[in-house]
Amino acid sequence: MLLEVEGLCVNYGRIEAIRDISFSVEEGSVVTLIGANGAGKTTTMKTLSGLRKVRAGTVAFAGKDITTMPSHARVPLGISQSPEGRRIFPGMSVVENLDMGAYARPDRAKTRTADLERVFTLFPRLQERRDQAAGTMSGGEQQMLAIGRALMSRPKLLLLDEPSMGLAPKLIQQIFAIITDIREQGTTILLVEQNAAQALRIADRAYILETGEVVREGSGRELAADDSVRAAYLGGDV
Amino acid sequence: MSFLLNNIVELTVTGLVLGAVYGLVALGYTLVYGVLQLINFAHSEVWMYGSFAAVWVTVALGVAPGGPVLTAIGVLLLALLAAMTVSGGIALLLERVAYRRLLRLEAPKLVALISAIGASFFLAELMGLRDRVVDFFGLRDALDPFVRSARDNTRFLNPLETQGLFSIGRYTVSNVDVIIIVGAILMMVGLDQFIRRTRTGRGIRAVAQDSEAAALMGVNRDRVIRATFLVGGVMAGAAALLYLMRFGVTRWDAGFLLGVKAFTAAVLGGIGNVRGALLGGFVLGLAENYGSALVGSQWRDVVAFLLLVVILLFRPTGLLGESLGRARA
Repeated sequence: MLLEVEGLCVNYGRIEAIRDISFSVEEGSVVTLIGANGAGKTTTMKTLSGLRKVRAGTVAFAGKDITTMPSHARVPLGISQSPEGRRIFPGMSVVENLDMGAYARPDRAKTRTADLERVFTLFPRLQERRDQAAGTMSGGEQQMLAIGRALMSRPKLLLLDEPSMGLAPKLIQQIFAIITDIREQGTTILLVEQNAAQALRIADRAYILETGEVVREGSGRELAADDSVRAAYLGGDV
Repeated sequence: MSFLLNNIVELTVTGLVLGAVYGLVALGYTLVYGVLQLINFAHSEVWMYGSFAAVWVTVALGVAPGGPVLTAIGVLLLALLAAMTVSGGIALLLERVAYRRLLRLEAPKLVALISAIGASFFLAELMGLRDRVVDFFGLRDALDPFVRSARDNTRFLNPLETQGLFSIGRYTVSNVDVIIIVGAILMMVGLDQFIRRTRTGRGIRAVAQDSEAAALMGVNRDRVIRATFLVGGVMAGAAALLYLMRFGVTRWDAGFLLGVKAFTAAVLGGIGNVRGALLGGFVLGLAENYGSALVGSQWRDVVAFLLLVVILLFRPTGLLGESLGRARA
């Protein structure tokens, strides 16, 4: 297993945001966490990147316990995140944002051209805008930039938090197609989505979160076909 | 009015000199604010310690004005190095003692502010009582030239003799004027390049724009914070020497007014904005000089703060109005 989460509990003050969550991500797969607002998906993602303190439980990456490791030290290990709300650096240009993505790589100068090339192939739009201030771009373009930036560190595990949020339906299709491409290039993906239908379609494995707990798990296809899941998360029809 | 017009060149040059000093000190406020959204009120003491470091170098070397030019330049460079080192060191110490633990505990910003004010008083009084401190350790005789009349003005003997270089109207611009203005601009350009081109500089910008996102990129926030304090301190050290070259005197409590002015310059230019700090410094320096020429020099500080209030009423985010975070490369 590339990522193993055991009995994870995270609090915001006295409020339990996630309670005793366990899941794992196999190398080369796409795993998705789905659930309603407030189910604890984003908290889980932030915790995996070290932005939230763990109250109990463990997080292991590639066999190594990283439960208390600071955020910045996780990036060189191969964990990278495109966070909820995109969080691009608004005052930096597209290229500067992408360079920030490679900040933790000691060999970034050598691989810069190839890495930029790869991102621009996935997102030709970014190449057209390479010198534009990221804060002035559209939401869809910023989302592409956030994913591209996360790829610049050449992660083993890519954490994608709500990549389709606020995007037009056509763009959503495009983003999901690109996620599939990224997986085919060998990057393991943990995907958090409210757009459950799309997420289940591309996921090898899925976990359903409700109020901070895992209530169902199974393969993407299994859950997509399940009646109660369809009723609760897929609006009745896929 | 006619006094202003008759002396416009002199007022402008000395205003720029003063503004350069304000601008360099303002950088420390603006940089720390950029990454922490916190005003480091003890930054004035960072500058003050730098000024004493510069004075002590000249005292230790026993330099008198009017020696050979090359020696004088050598001494000034040594004094610059000492001032930058001491100021940078004090800034790092402040981060370590007054802030780090509070930041780690995510204490409210007001608590950090109180901590900074306390550190400021401590540092100032420590300098003002340095004679007693060395007394306590029985070092009074050995260190007498450095601690004599600790609560009075401490003079800086500029080893470089002031010489007129060229005249504009009735004012003769001196070598010291040129050194200060050019020196300050060089420091600022260097800083600008550092922020934009180096890895640490980009880390500082990233933390200023979005510190969580920066952590996701692998930026070590603690290191960036330390680097920010260090850079701000070094700039204040350089400002201290430039200030002494022009005004020739420092004091244990001189940090307060200069600190308030530099902070004003930072807000005037747009707090968090590196180029704004420079601009704010020059605007403030010029305004003080022109204002005191118009209405009398006892009104100097009143004019300065009146200007601040008026500008902020119309441009609440300052002249350049953008934060360090949003500033384009």
